[in-house]
Amino acid sequence: MSKQSGSLRRYILTRIALAVPMVFILLVLVFVMMRVAPGDPIAASQGGKLSAVELAARRHAAGFDRPLYVQFWEYLKSVGTLNFGTTFSDNLSVRDVIIQRGGATLSLSLGALLVAIVIGVPVGLLAGRFRDRGIDVTGRLFAIVTYAAPAFVLGLLAQLAFGANGLGLLPTSGQSSLLVGLNVPTTTHILILDAAIAGDWSAVGDIAQHLVLPSVTLGLIIVGVFIRMIRVNVIQTLQGDYVEAARARGIKETAVVTRHAFRNALVPVVTVLGLQVAMLLGGSVLTEKTFNWPGIGQALITYINARDYAAVQGIVTVFALVVVVISMLIDFVNALIDPRVRY
Amino acid sequence: MTTTDAAAPAVPAADDAREPVLSVRDMRVWYGTERGPVRAVDGVSFDVRPGETLGLVGESGCGKSTLGRGVLGLTPPGSAVDGEVLLRGTNLVELTPKELQKRRGPELGLIFQEPMTRLNPLMKISEQFEETLRTHEKGLSKQEIRERSLEALRGMGIPPSRYENYPHEFSGGMRQRIMIALALVLRPAFVVADEPTTALDVLVEAQIIKILADLRKNFDTALVLITHNLGIVAEACDRVAVMYAGHIVEQGDSREVFANPQHPYTKELLRSTISLSTTGLHYIPGSPPDLGNPPEGCRFHPRCPVAMRGCAVVEPPEVRLRSGVRSTCWHQAIEVDPSLADELGTDGREPLAAVKEISVADEA
Repeated sequence: MSKQSGSLRRYILTRIALAVPMVFILLVLVFVMMRVAPGDPIAASQGGKLSAVELAARRHAAGFDRPLYVQFWEYLKSVGTLNFGTTFSDNLSVRDVIIQRGGATLSLSLGALLVAIVIGVPVGLLAGRFRDRGIDVTGRLFAIVTYAAPAFVLGLLAQLAFGANGLGLLPTSGQSSLLVGLNVPTTTHILILDAAIAGDWSAVGDIAQHLVLPSVTLGLIIVGVFIRMIRVNVIQTLQGDYVEAARARGIKETAVVTRHAFRNALVPVVTVLGLQVAMLLGGSVLTEKTFNWPGIGQALITYINARDYAAVQGIVTVFALVVVVISMLIDFVNALIDPRVRY
Repeated sequence: MTTTDAAAPAVPAADDAREPVLSVRDMRVWYGTERGPVRAVDGVSFDVRPGETLGLVGESGCGKSTLGRGVLGLTPPGSAVDGEVLLRGTNLVELTPKELQKRRGPELGLIFQEPMTRLNPLMKISEQFEETLRTHEKGLSKQEIRERSLEALRGMGIPPSRYENYPHEFSGGMRQRIMIALALVLRPAFVVADEPTTALDVLVEAQIIKILADLRKNFDTALVLITHNLGIVAEACDRVAVMYAGHIVEQGDSREVFANPQHPYTKELLRSTISLSTTGLHYIPGSPPDLGNPPEGCRFHPRCPVAMRGCAVVEPPEVRLRSGVRSTCWHQAIEVDPSLADELGTDGREPLAAVKEISVADEA
């Protein structure tokens, strides 16, 4: 109906407008966080190695002796142009670092999400439907064990079992075999997509194999949340008033469970799903480390250790923006599924 | 429970002439709990004939809703239904869940209390009607479904322009009418309305009661109306059954029961009614008993103002009075058949309240 699509459009526009102040506040927070640390970025990274005069010169060159509001304006401009300057420690464009490493993290996160959905949604639905029966008990146990296991434990176990020293089925390190990775022309910075675009299907296969273990490891860590949450929602909706009303109209039990209970149970899951994606982007550091995955999480740790503030500020800013965009997308999806959200 | 007939039935023969749509005999509903089984409905019998409305009244927790759901086989998991629930001769208690499911909708309907939460929030009104009609009447065309649904909605005063709306776009009163339309679109012969007006304001309440009255006039629907509102029963019900702690303690013609209540619980319930002329509030002290561990004898005796010693020991029989009203109380039982007094034993007819007072005094 036109009335509804109209209100949906209005909802989306309002939501975008609301994101603007949110982004601004986030940028202020990131900026302030970077400045409240004692000393300045130059002193932090180069202190002790340079004389006081040289230090002052470097500080001036980087603009850290200017008033804060000028620096903030510069920062805003850098965000606006998506050009975050150059790293101090290895003289790379921060933007290039984010794009290259971000592609690897994105493919790992999406792989993990796929694993979590493919396992979590059916197990959660069935556990809720068949509460306290075999599938429920097994599912709950599985959820708690995978949720409690640290990434490196799961990762190392997976490497031992499937890697060269175990079954020898799957590669355990990096995004691809060395030569494959070098030969794929870069277009999107998401390696598997690039290989597919280039039409190099053996490379796609190689990259996909490399994706399996890290994705499963990371996916298993978040799948517990999905299972538990979907299960609880299914149990609740199955006792819900409209489910009983549907039964009272003689709707078939399978339809009651799927159309009425499951659909309603999955609505709040979308929200959690989005939050998990945001968490995955930054929180996959341990998995990246375990599988030597060239992702942005690993890069961030490296730059933090090197006290490379330009790089850290750029990466953190992008993280913040990504979280804003994802939460906005979740709201759109929610509005599409649940008509009540649009009001 | 045995029924002792006092005299020839005083009820006009014409009323009994039509076969009941629903005939419930000695129905019991158990809930399994950690403390053991709870008998929420304990040996209940009643009939509902076409076009007849039976009011079911009593305090909260007396088993009224459980009774209504038990008839439709909608009691929660872990519960059991026993006895006979005859729908035009078929015992619903013996049916498989699948057979019951097929009867819910076209033969048995249930109207609920909470209008705000009984419609699936993610489905348009049209989708909920389509689902209901498709389930029970396969082969209906889209056009036929639409016509049937709009007709049902129109009967409830919902304009066709709202057919494609979602539940949240309606007010509580409208949602209640949509839910009723949804329950009635298949024209079930027997409908349970479980406090259909409790959450609504008086004007909407009057509307709903009018709709239910039209229903039996136009479609000869047999209705069980569960309510706390005795005014509605007096207004809309042909007969009334008063429930207490899982038993029906009194049932009969509603005018007769209201004008001349027999069972002490009915009397107390009617005295507690608030009307515009009420000057003081009356209530029954205490609350309905724990059905996991109900009192011995008559279940109402701990709260009964006229309880006798025997009431605390022996369960009263159901007797049929000259007016046709059936009551389950020792006072009426003895009145109808004085020989029954023997069952109460010697001293059985001493007032229980006096006994209690003495024992309290002794302890002090």
